[in-house]
Amino acid sequence: MVEFTLPRNSKIGKGRTFKAPEGAKRIRKFHVYRWNPEDGKNPTVDTFEVDLDTCGPMILDALIKIKDELDPSLTFRRSCREGVCGSCAMNIDGTNTLACTRTMDEVKGDVKVYPLPHMSVIKDLVPDMTNFYAQYASVEPWIKTSTPEPSRERLQSREDRAKLDGLWECVLCACCTTACPSYWWNEDRYLGPAVLLQAYRFIADSRDDHTGERLDDLEDPFRLYRCHTILNCTQTCPKGLNPAKAIAETKKLMVERR
Amino acid sequence: MAQPDRPLSPHLQVYRWQITNTLSILHRLTGVALGAGTLLMAYWLIAIAAGPEAFATAQGFVGSIVGRIILLGFTFALAFHFSNGIRHLFWDSGRGFELSAVHTSGWIVVIASAILTLAIWILGYAVRGAL
Repeated sequence: MVEFTLPRNSKIGKGRTFKAPEGAKRIRKFHVYRWNPEDGKNPTVDTFEVDLDTCGPMILDALIKIKDELDPSLTFRRSCREGVCGSCAMNIDGTNTLACTRTMDEVKGDVKVYPLPHMSVIKDLVPDMTNFYAQYASVEPWIKTSTPEPSRERLQSREDRAKLDGLWECVLCACCTTACPSYWWNEDRYLGPAVLLQAYRFIADSRDDHTGERLDDLEDPFRLYRCHTILNCTQTCPKGLNPAKAIAETKKLMVERR
Repeated sequence: MAQPDRPLSPHLQVYRWQITNTLSILHRLTGVALGAGTLLMAYWLIAIAAGPEAFATAQGFVGSIVGRIILLGFTFALAFHFSNGIRHLFWDSGRGFELSAVHTSGWIVVIASAILTLAIWILGYAVRGAL
């Protein structure tokens, strides 16, 4: 349901400021969303002064430095630090991206860091991904066949394989899904761009025999058709993929099979 | 998803306005505005049928400064919704999804709707001989 304002327990209060050490010359301010499930208070935005002379170039470098040196309680997900795992997805400078592949130079002025938008917060920058993963599982993201099993692997022509480029690279970071206003208002019923891109990845796969059933499953005013081609998804994807295009192709298939 | 014991992370409050979401919400708003504008037009047409006095009242309102500002908004809403509607038709056919194309077509829509609005008003005043 559309709710433009935040619920009372989610309103953001004033936070603390952590000064950079004496003698730091190049200082960058980071405004970071904080919420501690244990103190019963509302979320705040804390300000951290980071000494750039002793910090790596990426936003994730700064977050790790803050956790190491300024406040060890700062909580965020990270793993590969090279854009492969999708763990450090967050809202940086107003758009969703991976903290590990976004450089500080790309951001003008103070750096604002929030969790992925319109998500339930577990702590600080860590959102609850349960619904997202459940939706992903609901599209049965594996190859389903009804033809007899071949003696070796199921082969695919180079042309058919090429149709999966731009689809398989998705790391399920949820940047696109949580950038979608339609998903914000209908997250319980609309699948969102990331999951629809994955649904299309198996619809487009020549080795999958269940295209019809997959389309049946999506043919729903909400699951697929809450996409209004806003295009925040494609705009924000840190992997340069195009979920909006995949959704449009799915909608086209719906029309073509009538 | 919202859960009672956990805060909801900020969304509209922090998300950057980009050409993608800005034009999308403008499409929705101009759609609503066209609905309201159609009511105004219906009132004007009814006023014609209702006789010279009613028509003079309607004409007086539409021709006033406030009326003209409303008409200008109505014209822009029509021009924008029309231009962006064509953009949506391209998308429905699976074309124009590359990010560069999305940005270019977006700006074309903005410029086209400004030009269309202006052209309609220049034409309107020219027909009345007011130019």
